[in-house]
Amino acid sequence: MAVNDMTKLTLGPIAYHWSADTRRDFYARIADEAPVDEVYLGEVICSKRAPFHEADLPETIDRLERAGKTVILSTLAEVMLKRERKATEDLAAMETPEIEINNAAGLFARGKRPHRIGPFMNAYNEATIRWMAGQGATHICLPGELPADAIAVAAKAARELGLGVEVQVFGRASLAVSARCYHARAHDRTKDNCQFVCEADADGMPLRTTDNSPILRVNGIQTQSESYVALLPETGELIANNISHLRLMPQAVDMVAVATVFRDVLDRARAVDDADAMLRSVCRTTPFSNGFYHGKAGYRRIAMASPA
Amino acid sequence: MSLAELICPAGTPAALRTAVDAGADAVYCGFQDATNARNFPGLNFTPDELAEAVVYAHAKDAKVLLALNTYPPAGKVDLWRQAADTGTRLGVDAFIVADMGVADYIARTHPQVRLHLSVQAAASSPEAIRYYCESFGVKRVVLPRILTIPEIRQIRREIPCEIETFIFGNHGLMVEGRCSLTNYLTGQSTNMDGICSPASEVDYARHDDGSMSSRLAGFTIDCFGADEMAGYPTICKGRYTAPHRPEAYYAFEEPVSLNLSRLLPQMIDAGIHAFKIEGRQRSKSYVRNVVSAFRAAVDDIRAGRTANIADLVALTEGQKQTQGAFETKKWR
Repeated sequence: MAVNDMTKLTLGPIAYHWSADTRRDFYARIADEAPVDEVYLGEVICSKRAPFHEADLPETIDRLERAGKTVILSTLAEVMLKRERKATEDLAAMETPEIEINNAAGLFARGKRPHRIGPFMNAYNEATIRWMAGQGATHICLPGELPADAIAVAAKAARELGLGVEVQVFGRASLAVSARCYHARAHDRTKDNCQFVCEADADGMPLRTTDNSPILRVNGIQTQSESYVALLPETGELIANNISHLRLMPQAVDMVAVATVFRDVLDRARAVDDADAMLRSVCRTTPFSNGFYHGKAGYRRIAMASPA
Repeated sequence: MSLAELICPAGTPAALRTAVDAGADAVYCGFQDATNARNFPGLNFTPDELAEAVVYAHAKDAKVLLALNTYPPAGKVDLWRQAADTGTRLGVDAFIVADMGVADYIARTHPQVRLHLSVQAAASSPEAIRYYCESFGVKRVVLPRILTIPEIRQIRREIPCEIETFIFGNHGLMVEGRCSLTNYLTGQSTNMDGICSPASEVDYARHDDGSMSSRLAGFTIDCFGADEMAGYPTICKGRYTAPHRPEAYYAFEEPVSLNLSRLLPQMIDAGIHAFKIEGRQRSKSYVRNVVSAFRAAVDDIRAGRTANIADLVALTEGQKQTQGAFETKKWR
């Protein structure tokens, strides 16, 4: 079987407050070892975190590009304060076409210069995608809750317009963002005096129901799923339905191993069942889910009828 | 001084007439389908009902705003377009929209009808608001409930459209239009289906010790002692535990409702054009009481009299209430 070199594997931006050292080590290893084609960098969740790691950005970009990766810079999902408006404006002013915009403030600043549309932009349908393409979008990351039938229609429209189309296939789903920081709240603080308590939770702060069921993860102003979205058996169908890019979200697990598993499935170098078992062992006890893709409750894990 | 219009909820034709009679400057409503964010059983309008409602409201000088404020999933866009065509034919005064594709369709096909940007679009900066104004000719933005009054004052100076803010009712915690919590637990989407914590998925379980759990799709969202009143299981208002919070706590927000009546004079002074009362799912008597009280208060303030704010505060008596983000940044 021919190696699938058309579909690109991407690494999404780190959602958590990993320290500068952790990030440096993480991206060095990604550059050297991870079979991903494209890497998204930048702080998407909390503008207070950016100063901790933005100084390292030029070196990280250089390192990844020398390893042959395309680097894309992602903008904040929530833009309200002066520093957030400024950060968005500064990124949108950059010459590179590889900017991923996650807030309409970024679209305003970018104008018709080429850009990517991030998962927070709510590109739910072909009409919106057509509008965005007319304004300079070259690539769309679809919302995480879109079911398979809508993904197929949206992706077909996007490809006909010459756009890249991306779907998250691994990692916790982003379920909500807020102006309030729930990490700070959990420690009886507010966003302004948070003392960066979120740094202690590299994979999000777990919330359990009162009868002890794990349910959600808190990451600053973001609420995430307890489960990792894992669309491994679904990759064949995604590719058949015009998805050009598969996104892996960084979690506190061996992301090189995760990328390798997905790469092997794309290359048909490994059977899906075998790959799924490997992914399972890399992610230890974290539950997997694919409910959104199958039009069911997002937390659910639906067995595919027959492997692609 | 701004017009300080009162924008009132109309979940049913009867509630619409009640709100208009109680002094609403405008009512907002939706069709009985996924095109609006309160797609609840028993609520909303058929096209025939909307036709009658428009005639009734216009005869009393009130406007009708039609909410088309959900996000059509790919392949289903026609339902939203047909709703816009029908609304235009029936003479609604504005559409409240969030999706760019829907906004673009209305701007091109029905340019004579005003576009209001829904809170579901989550436009929280002057730049984001200007994007929608310049792209689709949006005439008014409904601001997310996350800004302080000084911030609203500042935004007003930097945008070319009117501002509407929520003033009373349910207090949304998450950025609207960016929340998939309900879909994660139930398979029904707030953005695509207009559904939030659906009643069909709710159950209450009584335990031997007299305590009561409220559940959504089988997940325990809160647990109440025998002496507590059990609340509705809305995910973002539930109690959970965290590793260093072994006692269940309100991880997001307590089940409070928004009541900005004390801030009303300041908000009118800030130049907010319209105040939105939440509650399309509420009863006629609720609508009558709330709309009448706010009508009197706004009229008093605009006439230079002292408004009887105590009446407004009393509307939520017995319930916990909050001024949310509007008064202080500490809410964040």
